[in-house]
Amino acid sequence: MNLRNPLATARGLGSAKSGTGHWWAQRVSAVALIPLSLWFVISVLGLVRADYAIVVYWLHMPSTAVLLSLFLATVFYHAYLGVQVVMEDYVDREWLKIATLLVIKFACILLAAAGVFTALRIAFGA
Amino acid sequence: MTTANRPLSPHLGIYRWQITMTMSILHRATGVALAVGTLALVYWLLAAAMGPEDYAQAQWFFGTWFGQFLLWGWTFSFFYHLCNGIRHLAWDAGWGFKIKTLYITGYAVWAVAAILTATAIWLAYTSGGMA
Repeated sequence: MNLRNPLATARGLGSAKSGTGHWWAQRVSAVALIPLSLWFVISVLGLVRADYAIVVYWLHMPSTAVLLSLFLATVFYHAYLGVQVVMEDYVDREWLKIATLLVIKFACILLAAAGVFTALRIAFGA
Repeated sequence: MTTANRPLSPHLGIYRWQITMTMSILHRATGVALAVGTLALVYWLLAAAMGPEDYAQAQWFFGTWFGQFLLWGWTFSFFYHLCNGIRHLAWDAGWGFKIKTLYITGYAVWAVAAILTATAIWLAYTSGGMA
């Protein structure tokens, strides 16, 4: 027989974790992505048939370098937050869930770093 | 703490199908598709940084039927996720929970996403030169 109060066994286990912070970060990055992603898609639509010189000219523009870097950083942040929730919902085994989330997090950071570096490298004319 | 015999949420299969269900899962599906699409975005940027030959190769790949299929899919996914994402933000602000409003905004998302996707594909095939 357990004489402990049910609340006593639950207290301190941290069930609430950091849900609010995640939820808010997803919303803030979503709002930021409305103008950034529209800018990107409209720009790329203008470049569909453009030859190489025009694409590089576009990537050289300071406004492109700034907006593209912001877009890449925000898109990978938002993508990670979203995919994280999907994995938490569908991956049952704890070790597999943690491993999957780590792989996806590292992949997002790697792709974001590669993308921003590439954008800046072209912008600075290397 | 006992976890047995606690109430479970009913299985999805018992509900009558509603368009809101499809829209909800499609928001998630398009989000995952767009996350995969970031690979193509970074590939395109890297190709541009590598030089004209590599860029031409990327242009070739995106011009194949498979590349075109992917780009159309990502275009629709983008506009759907964008429109439905704005719908989600409205809910977060506390607006649009009446059943009637829910359906109106739901159909509006489909309509606007379809129009924007069609416009984008039309622009890509007609202009897109940016002289």
